[in-house]
Amino acid sequence: MVADVTAPRLDIDALLADPAIRIVVCCGAGGVGKTTTAAALGLRAAEVHGRRTVVLTIDPARRLAQSMGLTELDNTPRQVKGIDVEASGGELHAMMLDMKRTFDEVVEQHTTPKRAAEIFANPFYQAMSSTFSGTQEYMAMEKLGQLRAGDEWDLIVVDTPPSRSALDFLDAPARLSRFLDGRMLRMFLAPARTGGRSVFSLVTASFGLFSKTVQKVLGAQLLTDLSGFVAALDSMFGGFRQRADQTYRILQDPQTAFLLVAAPERDAIREAAYFAERLVAERMPLGGLVLNRMHSAESAGLTADEAQEAAERLEREGDHQDAADVLRIHAALLRQGERETAVAAGFTEAFPAVPATSVAAQPADVHDVDGLRTIGALLA
Amino acid sequence: MGEHRNWPERLHVVTGKGGTGKSTVAAALALGLAAGGRRTLLVEVEGRQGIAQLFGLDPLPYAERRVATTTGGGEVRALAVDPEEALLEYLDMFYKLGAAGRALRKVGAIDFATTIAPGLRDVLLTGKVKEATTRSQDGRRVYDAVVLDAPPTGRVGRFLNVTEETRKLVKVGPIKTQSEGVASLLRSPMTAVHVVTLLEEMPVQETLDAITELSGLNIPVGRIVVNSARPPLLAGGRITKAEIKRGLTAAGLAAGAATVNQLATEAQAHLTRRELEESLRLELAELGRPLIELPQLPGGVDRDGLADLAVRLMRA
Repeated sequence: MVADVTAPRLDIDALLADPAIRIVVCCGAGGVGKTTTAAALGLRAAEVHGRRTVVLTIDPARRLAQSMGLTELDNTPRQVKGIDVEASGGELHAMMLDMKRTFDEVVEQHTTPKRAAEIFANPFYQAMSSTFSGTQEYMAMEKLGQLRAGDEWDLIVVDTPPSRSALDFLDAPARLSRFLDGRMLRMFLAPARTGGRSVFSLVTASFGLFSKTVQKVLGAQLLTDLSGFVAALDSMFGGFRQRADQTYRILQDPQTAFLLVAAPERDAIREAAYFAERLVAERMPLGGLVLNRMHSAESAGLTADEAQEAAERLEREGDHQDAADVLRIHAALLRQGERETAVAAGFTEAFPAVPATSVAAQPADVHDVDGLRTIGALLA
Repeated sequence: MGEHRNWPERLHVVTGKGGTGKSTVAAALALGLAAGGRRTLLVEVEGRQGIAQLFGLDPLPYAERRVATTTGGGEVRALAVDPEEALLEYLDMFYKLGAAGRALRKVGAIDFATTIAPGLRDVLLTGKVKEATTRSQDGRRVYDAVVLDAPPTGRVGRFLNVTEETRKLVKVGPIKTQSEGVASLLRSPMTAVHVVTLLEEMPVQETLDAITELSGLNIPVGRIVVNSARPPLLAGGRITKAEIKRGLTAAGLAAGAATVNQLATEAQAHLTRRELEESLRLELAELGRPLIELPQLPGGVDRDGLADLAVRLMRA
């Protein structure tokens, strides 16, 4: 099914079958079914297209995670059992991102054990690795880079973090590496590099006001922790930035396809449009739009107005209450379908060349492999 | 013009899973609480400009602007808090920085402080909300109530629990004092956190999780708002094709097999959905907290729809 007649149809099967496509990134606003879409795509790639697939999920709903055999954050892809891959020879693996552990691994890889221990003990690192608002995005990016570098997967399907904005997935890693490499840090670092006692001994001359204010507002303790953190991280700067840049380049490569996931609601469509603009600006390959939870009833010879009128007539007469309810259900479905099509058309008007596909709303939530298979078939 | 009996708190924090309509509910609540000549402030903190979109306005600046008027000369003002502006304002208030504040921004200090220092950003955002909630002029509160369109359920606990995050890092100084002030307001009877949900599994699960989390943090939970509830059609729980056919005929419509089958399929899907909704409603009821249901707005959310929801919220 296609959301709007003017949008080209997004051919999911062609995308999943294409050996040149190695990464599919599902992005969009919160609550639109990104994780379910990612899991359904992964299952279909394995079952129908025989690809050795891994799905990287960030924060899946518990029951959906269980449906793929995931019970804890363990940062290791686990093979999903009980799926139908005999004919195709594919495999499906799934993992949940453990943000803190991924960060720890990065640190371990880029520095000596002694330095790593210092970093782990630093309160600033502890806070940053578990709570900094961009860490999850950065670590998702890092994990994606690792999975791709291993070259053991035909296809990696990524579910992006439930961020404030879908754009955070693209922006946070750059922000983090800018921080780790930035002017601010060099200011903090200057004394540490020259062996100065106080962080501010050298910068005071040019940044007297700044340092005084920061000390006043944040307290000296924080600055000591921060300078320790920064000094310990010094050796890793190059590594951090290099890796973030590398992954960013992979995302610009034609081996990647971004799928915008949205529901037919104004906010979700607007978010998808922002993201599409950004992908175009960054020259990142936009694969298409997936519209989840579309209601598209067939009129079956009965328009919304006719059904509504007939329901009112029956109610006035006092008979056939249940039939009147059925007519109201029909009218409401048709109207909802019209409204959703109109909302979705807003995206297609802005991006007429972006192919789209839609998935009909399901009567019950998806939390098992059968449900994912159904969604996969509806997507294709 | 007394208190709104059913909503006695002064600071209403509205959260909910993404897509549940928490911003709509927050706006409707601010409208409802402003009825009868009162003044409310609707605050957003995530830089989405959701308020402007709801009220059909241009993006809001970092200033308290009137976005709606209500009966008896009441008004809703809105504020989109920007963390950088909040930090500059804050520094200015305590240190009289003036132009030096702009200089700080130039060297990247403000960007650094608001995006990098964990928790600081949230201290600033909630600090601004606290300031507005407790602000007085001529011995009177400037706002009768403040409604905060808060981050979604997955992040709201961390957002509201600002002291914990900052306590680990900041041991002294005004930021510490500030975050302690916010923490005590959020844990006082002046505050209630309302959770918006749909009758769908994931939003309900997140509602349950969020309430457990907030209760563990001693932050008072207010109402559960079930948004977009469907009308209770087909109360009997079943209908046959023969009944549909008789109904269509009685209404003077053609009752062809295709039409009857289509309607029967739709009715069945509706019943499946309703059964699930019923069990979710029970799960929510078991929490023993006040539950409000708001209907799906047939025409989508517009000004009239907001006003309608506002009236329903105040009645509940």
